[in-house]
Amino acid sequence: MTSEMSSTVGSSLLDVRGVDVSISGRVILHDVNFSIDAGEFTGLIGSNGAGKTTLLRVILGLQATSGGTITLHGHELTRANRSVGYVPQKVLFDPDMPVRVRDFVAMGVDGHRYGLARRSKSIYDTVEEMLDAVEADAFANRRVGALSGGEQQRVLMAHALVSRPDLLLLDEPLANLDPRSAFDIVRLLHTIATRQHVAILMSAHDMNPLLPVMDRVIYVANAKVASGTTEEVVRPEVLSALYGHHVDVVHVHGRVLVVGGDDDEVDERYVPDHPALVVE
Amino acid sequence: MHWLIEPGLFANGSVRTALELGAMVSLVSAIVGVFTVLRSQSFAGHALTDVAMAGGAGASLASVAPLAGFLGGGIIGAGAMDAIGVQRVKDRDIATGVVLGAATGLSALFLYLVASSSATSGSTQLVLFGSVFTVDTSTLPYVAILSALVLLSLYLIRRPLLYSSLSAELAGARGVRLRLVGSTFMVMLAIAVGLSSIVIGSILSTALLIGPAASSLKVSRSIVQASWLAVVFGVAATWLGIVFAYDSFYWVPSRRGLPVSFFVVMVVVVEFVVVNLVRTLFSKRVTLSNVSTLPSCSAGGA
Amino acid sequence: MFSSFMINAWLSGTIIALLVGAVGFFVVLRGSAFAAHAIPNGAFAGAAGANLIGVNPLLGLVSFALVAAFGIGASSKWAKSDVAAALALVTMLALGAAFLASSTNYEPAINALLFGEILGVSSSEILPVILLAVLCGLGLTFLFRPLLYSSVSDELSRASGLNTTVIEVLFLIIMALSSALAVPVVGALLTFSLMIGPPAAARLLSSRPSRALWYSMMFSLLTLWVSIASSYVFNLPIGFFVGTLSAVTYLAVRTWVVVSARRVAVTIA
Repeated sequence: MTSEMSSTVGSSLLDVRGVDVSISGRVILHDVNFSIDAGEFTGLIGSNGAGKTTLLRVILGLQATSGGTITLHGHELTRANRSVGYVPQKVLFDPDMPVRVRDFVAMGVDGHRYGLARRSKSIYDTVEEMLDAVEADAFANRRVGALSGGEQQRVLMAHALVSRPDLLLLDEPLANLDPRSAFDIVRLLHTIATRQHVAILMSAHDMNPLLPVMDRVIYVANAKVASGTTEEVVRPEVLSALYGHHVDVVHVHGRVLVVGGDDDEVDERYVPDHPALVVE
Repeated sequence: MHWLIEPGLFANGSVRTALELGAMVSLVSAIVGVFTVLRSQSFAGHALTDVAMAGGAGASLASVAPLAGFLGGGIIGAGAMDAIGVQRVKDRDIATGVVLGAATGLSALFLYLVASSSATSGSTQLVLFGSVFTVDTSTLPYVAILSALVLLSLYLIRRPLLYSSLSAELAGARGVRLRLVGSTFMVMLAIAVGLSSIVIGSILSTALLIGPAASSLKVSRSIVQASWLAVVFGVAATWLGIVFAYDSFYWVPSRRGLPVSFFVVMVVVVEFVVVNLVRTLFSKRVTLSNVSTLPSCSAGGA
Repeated sequence: MFSSFMINAWLSGTIIALLVGAVGFFVVLRGSAFAAHAIPNGAFAGAAGANLIGVNPLLGLVSFALVAAFGIGASSKWAKSDVAAALALVTMLALGAAFLASSTNYEPAINALLFGEILGVSSSEILPVILLAVLCGLGLTFLFRPLLYSSVSDELSRASGLNTTVIEVLFLIIMALSSALAVPVVGALLTFSLMIGPPAAARLLSSRPSRALWYSMMFSLLTLWVSIASSYVFNLPIGFFVGTLSAVTYLAVRTWVVVSARRVAVTIA
């Protein structure tokens, strides 16, 4: 069982309680508990295959749970909640597709609506505003399939933000970026989050680029989750309990490294009574 | 058994010719088909039939043997597809489809001109749906030689062909001349399509090419096994098709009979459905058909 | 060529071209080139079957086209779609051939259904054709935004709440209906050309969706008008003109775009 620290339930934007997820009989996540407050920048950290994407999909309503509850603004989560925006890791666009960047961003507003309503000027203004916010003005009229990886990512962000969500989910946005670009994206996200008062939940397998801006970290390992501030969660005892074997946390020049230990057994020093964790 | 073997079936000369022709053609189609499906080039195979059709129709117009037309068309088509080359898959499919749509248009033109100029009717039927019963016996030696040529060539390039079919990247890195192998295979494909167009007609020859192959790949664990099985499926379908077509003259009182190609396609489809059912019901082992989901080959043609 | 008996040809041709051009825009966007091949073959089998049992051909066309469309939709989960689909395509052709072989007017019927016939829609059929075409047009109008969104990104459109399965089904129905309407005039083997060629050319000329759609419809209309006129004047099958014109248009536009590559980076439209 995991617990989470430092949250005041009443004010939370997103509240996840006791969620279990199984896919094809395999347990991906077990008893997940955390909450996110409005405007918070949260990092969802874990190695590949840990279940980060699954968790994001659950919040989006694209993946069913086998137990637990998720509430958004105090209400039960439904599929396709307009207050949750989503930026997938990559979208494959056909280079010849006759859709401009600004057309694609506009779909974030009304792409899902049936019928033939004309687009109002306010929608175009919002699109323009978002393109500006993600610094994509320069290629706003280019075909959306003719973008570089970094450009596409910013367009996907604008597309997600244009419906003015309260929570923005990003799936491994830093995965293929060099450290410099990763820094730029994080800076951009933080700026947007502050200006538009959007809570950010982004997954990553390396938490270092996020350290300067993260308010909260959700650490996923071994189908379990530990949530809290960086100081609270990124400690050997917490992570060892999570992983089920000894793990060290090394600090080098302000960067954090999580390193696996030699022995597979849980170090006796870190067992059960730590208030952060109750290990079964 | 009387209803299956109607009177005079084996005594009939054209039937014997048909059976011989059918056997050779379906054998070649089956084996070429195994590689076609493995390389995920079913679409290319289908596209070639359009051009073969134009060739056949043109041959009718020029009063040349249909076989020459089918073959010529197929080879020109293979060349065109080679020229269109290797681009993004979706792009290539659109480009191929549109360009070869022109070939279909040409077929329409040729067939119309034939019908209005000569007294002989039925060239449409011949080109589109095959003429296995009315083919000239003098064609047989050509078919035999071409079939042998294709089989021999395939045998010679079988290792690099298989290697590049499974992974073009790996094969290229190991020194396989991807373009050469790919282009050679395309020519083989064109010839196979041309040959089967006589028996089953161009627009249906896809069935004889990929049907038996797909069925056999579902339940085989080696190329050799798949090839043998595909040949069995293919020849069986062709022979049964011929027999049924002959019999159908007797079934319907109006003595009109249904085309051979129709029966061949039906048998091929039944084989495919049955094999899939059997496999779903029985085993989940990895077979060669799983291999076909690897990325399609990139060299030397679509 | 504008005499009274050709009115039907022009009327049906116009309606069909506009519809097929619009549907084709989405077909190319979604990459359903294969379905565009197979569904008209289904319609062909249906028409042949209707011919055999003496029923209204429109009924046969529509019913078999729908069956083919749903078959494709269902089988995409199924086996290697490549092979199963090609076999399905060919089976329907074979069925159609068998139906026609059993009837009396084999040769003219085969040619008309496979390669097109400018007088393919008779006066008695023109009204149902117009109605069905208008119905499809309304459907596309209603579906325009969600259809575009799901064609651009299935994942994102689902995340926004769209039921992409429903959209896929509705679009397959529209594809089936438009194919059924096109086959008697353009021919089963050439419907693909009209449905793919002009839209593939059009989308190269504009990066704006609504404009590219408009160009698709115009290219398709122009192609069919020229084909009808040429078929009448030269007394040659319409399928020949549809096939060659579609190919020529596509190649010409493609070449022009490649040659003026620099201008294409910024939208021309």
